[in-house]
Amino acid sequence: MSHAEAHLDKLPPEPEKATLEGRNKVLGFWLFLGGETVLFGTLFATFLALRGSVLDGPTGTELFDLKLVAAATFILLTSSLTSVFAVQAMHHKNVKNLMIWLGVTVLLGFGFLVLEIYEFYHYVHEGHGFTTSAFSSSFYALVGFHGAHVALGVLWIGLLIIQLKVKGLNTTTAPKVYVASLYWHFIDVVWVFIFTIVYLMGKVG
Amino acid sequence: MGQGSNPIDPKASVAEEQYGLILLSLGIMILVVIVVFVLYFYAIVRYRRKPGDDSIPKQVEGSHKLEIIWTVIPLILLLILAIPSVAITFSQDEDYTEDPEVIQVKAIGHQFWWEFEYSDLEIYTAQDLVLPVNQRVQFELTATDVKHSFWIPGMGGKMDTNPGNINLLYLDTPAEPEVLLGKCAEFCGASHALMDFKVRVVSEEEYDAWVANMQAPTAAVDADVQSGEELFKQNCMSCHAIESGFPGLGPNLKGFADRELVGSYLEMTDENIFKWIKNPQEVKGGSTMPAIPLEDDQFHDIVKYLKTLTLE
Amino acid sequence: MAHSVKKYRGLMDWITTVDHKKIGILYFAAGGLFFVIGGIEALLIRLQLMFPLGADGESWLLSGQTYNEIMTMHGTTMIFLAAMPLIFGLMNAVVPLQIGARDVAFPFLNSLGFWTFFFGGVLLNISWFTGTVPDIGWTAYAPLSGTEFSGTGSDYYAIGLQIAGIGTLVGGINFLVTIINMRAPGMTFMRMPLFTWTSFITSGIILFAFPALAVGLIYISFDRLFDANFFVTATGGNSVLWEHIFWIFGHPEVYILILPAFGAISEVLPTFARKRLFGYSSMVFATALIGFLSFMVWAHHMFTTGMGDIANALFGVATMLIAIPTGIKVFNWLFTIWGGKIRFTTAMLYATSFIPTFVMGGVTGVMLAIPPADFQFHDSYFVVAHFHYVIVGGIVLSLLAAVFYWWPKMFGRMLNETLGKWSFWLFFSGFHLTFFIQHFLGLWGMPRRVFTYLPNQGWDTANFVSTIGAFFMAAGVIVILINVIISIKGPKAPADPWDGRTLEWSIPSPSPEYNFKQLPLVRGLDAFWLEKMDGKKEMTPAEPLGPIHMPSPSILPFFMSLGLFIAGFGFMYRGYEFDSALINSLFGNDIIAILGLAITFVCMFLRSVYDDHGYHIEVEELQKEG
Repeated sequence: MSHAEAHLDKLPPEPEKATLEGRNKVLGFWLFLGGETVLFGTLFATFLALRGSVLDGPTGTELFDLKLVAAATFILLTSSLTSVFAVQAMHHKNVKNLMIWLGVTVLLGFGFLVLEIYEFYHYVHEGHGFTTSAFSSSFYALVGFHGAHVALGVLWIGLLIIQLKVKGLNTTTAPKVYVASLYWHFIDVVWVFIFTIVYLMGKVG
Repeated sequence: MGQGSNPIDPKASVAEEQYGLILLSLGIMILVVIVVFVLYFYAIVRYRRKPGDDSIPKQVEGSHKLEIIWTVIPLILLLILAIPSVAITFSQDEDYTEDPEVIQVKAIGHQFWWEFEYSDLEIYTAQDLVLPVNQRVQFELTATDVKHSFWIPGMGGKMDTNPGNINLLYLDTPAEPEVLLGKCAEFCGASHALMDFKVRVVSEEEYDAWVANMQAPTAAVDADVQSGEELFKQNCMSCHAIESGFPGLGPNLKGFADRELVGSYLEMTDENIFKWIKNPQEVKGGSTMPAIPLEDDQFHDIVKYLKTLTLE
Repeated sequence: MAHSVKKYRGLMDWITTVDHKKIGILYFAAGGLFFVIGGIEALLIRLQLMFPLGADGESWLLSGQTYNEIMTMHGTTMIFLAAMPLIFGLMNAVVPLQIGARDVAFPFLNSLGFWTFFFGGVLLNISWFTGTVPDIGWTAYAPLSGTEFSGTGSDYYAIGLQIAGIGTLVGGINFLVTIINMRAPGMTFMRMPLFTWTSFITSGIILFAFPALAVGLIYISFDRLFDANFFVTATGGNSVLWEHIFWIFGHPEVYILILPAFGAISEVLPTFARKRLFGYSSMVFATALIGFLSFMVWAHHMFTTGMGDIANALFGVATMLIAIPTGIKVFNWLFTIWGGKIRFTTAMLYATSFIPTFVMGGVTGVMLAIPPADFQFHDSYFVVAHFHYVIVGGIVLSLLAAVFYWWPKMFGRMLNETLGKWSFWLFFSGFHLTFFIQHFLGLWGMPRRVFTYLPNQGWDTANFVSTIGAFFMAAGVIVILINVIISIKGPKAPADPWDGRTLEWSIPSPSPEYNFKQLPLVRGLDAFWLEKMDGKKEMTPAEPLGPIHMPSPSILPFFMSLGLFIAGFGFMYRGYEFDSALINSLFGNDIIAILGLAITFVCMFLRSVYDDHGYHIEVEELQKEG
């Protein structure tokens, strides 16, 4: 371990941007998120275009339980904060805290997923399946895509914790942590839009 | 060129306005092309490298004056083009659905035929669109299966028929009676190319007579075609109505024998009708008309019956 | 330590390479192959339309169904599997050299981009062997693309393009980062060669356009495979929605293709006119403006969809505005050769012929932007003529100029000039013979995408002439292929065969795997030209000679793409009835699909866990090579 600690001291203050590879990765990831924005923009536009086509299925007003969704929102927003703490810990070169905060982020993300799966399960029982109507298809496509992003993020950050454990913090792992946290913030922002456009606007009518 | 039915041989006001825009834009564009071509050919002839000439020409960075010229002049040209374009875009999008002076026709695209519903007259017909001269017609366009596009080039531009919604398009008819060709202009499947229709523009009197005949019940048939009628009732009637008041899964056949074409592209002969009803897929691939297992003479009987479906 | 990395040879070298120059060659090979396939499809289309429908109602060559399949695959192949990869091949071969970089930013992703494109293209073309070819047009309009009106071919379309699209998106991000982060010392943005600039803008358009297509294709697949209702009107879906999604992607797509073509022209003209590009900064500005406007005009493909007068007028005027930056480009090209000393090599023949040809395609574009006139033009042969003038007359002519121009740098061999000029005259005259007359066919009322037409509509002669032209074009392509084959034994290319102006000509042909032994110091636009004018033979180095770090080759991109390819089949045939019960259960229970995805994810996992430390080329080795 002493070798690793000596190594930590040599790390620059922002280890994610220390190498050209790291800078490329961070910039590339920002651009990737630009593309993701278009992806979710298209999903949102589709949802807005089709949300009136409920056919015989239930409407959003009938379905949505804002309390449950608010709880999920709270969990996800908190996880965004804990991922900030993780990056701060990384900048302080505190690998232990970095791993702890990433761990908390993963747990919260997992909690969010459990709530979402429960929610979907409940909707299907209410007669709101993927194939019920154009509204339901576009709902599950949008919210499901977001859920898949959360699931991927949970697996990814989980894998990063193991990598940190094995490889330690260095100029290869630091950019990975940094872009994972960017990704996590992005998912969070998308959820804020989902909460507003799908659930709040859906509940109002 | 063509059968009096193309964009550059307009027969009525809508098509004429569009032709005017085509000519205006073509004129401006030819001007642009000439300017470019003159500069271009002068440059490639005048500035060839002579053999042995190894000198280096003056390295010019650019010219603000020239940049302004070739930004402003095109802008002016576009302005000249844009003003009438926008004006006609708006004027040709008028909605005459509530206008009692205007004939209301619902045109419905099917794979691969056209259904026409004269909304105020309760007439359903197919393939031959009959209209009086000098008349504005409001079309309501839709489709039952895939997307098609309703186009009568001689009368005006096209508009898509989207399943699930209604598009509006008005057209004027020519001043003189004539037959125009109509087409499907949106790719719609295997026989998209064969989805033509005819527009029979007739005099006022002829049109009124046609409406009266269409609304009158079909007369009983002679004894020698009764077997054909019977076969038709057993095998065809579930899709094809023979009275004009009913829509159907297939084309309404009231006045069928008066139509110009069989299967929208073959000449109206007994032989072609036989060929078409005996083996629809071979005549028109992808057609929804099923092949019915009957003997040849039974088909001939049906043909005979179909030939009695005239309005006279 | 330095050379512990594995080096592969032969086929394995090509499958594992992460070298942008080799990936560029792979793109050229695959894109060229698909270009030939798409060209054969084009010939079949023209042969079928050579004669009208017979008097007996018999089509002389193809049935409507077969024609639709060929027509669909021609469009899809040419856009996604020929033009796109050839553009990417060129970008890979040229951009890093032009900015003075040793490689792209993400060599691994670069390889992944190629292999996903390749497997997507192969998947699409396997439909010929299963007999379920896409027959819905390259635009795949709903509801025709739904299960009710088309078969498994539509799945091949949606999933093939989905996989190929991933590669394009990855490539776009790669080039953006490369150009932003990897420029040589002194290479400021406003000193970048125009081909690099256009590649940069094009990559930006890719980034914002392709995700929309990805979502649209997912909707088609969901509708078809999982009974969703996005475009199914009977269950509340909206078929016009697909048109919007497709064209929000589709219009930028044509600019994705044409901008690098503009860039290539802007390199070839100055070189052979021996004169710097006229109005460089306004050319850059015009490129950026075109990129921006490309997202504002998608609905001009939909004037007849029934959007109403306000939308039609707005999109019409916005479309006309694109003529301004495009016009700026055309006049700047004209004034680049004006006053120059023009040498007509094959590359220059293609490049100069591009100018009038592209202008002819451009002006019909303005005509199409007038909504009421478009009501007559839309879906007629006038449109077919227009887009072939911009795509073949614009993109293909400039690609051929680029191929003849950069071939020596890519392969280290010269192409034969005599054969090159033969190919030019055959292709160029064939092109105008084929497509000029089609403007008139459109004005005479001939709809596009028809497998036949009735005689006596005044179209017979024009169609016959058009088909003759297509064979001239084919002859031109054959001459090019012969030229390529004999160039293997052709004369070795010098480092700077054309008296070039940009950095790629300052290094040997073909360039060494590390590109620049020492990164060059860039002192202005046309960096190499500036040095030559100062009497120097090479660039001033910006760094001392030192060991060069190189990325390791990897087989993972190949397998990641293979996994997606397998998963694609798993999804496509999940509802299919096979004769064998075993195969049925494998597909029906999604085992194939999951297996394919598992391969991809395992590869991603391995990539994340095992760091690639690469290797170094040591100084002694660099000196040994000269």
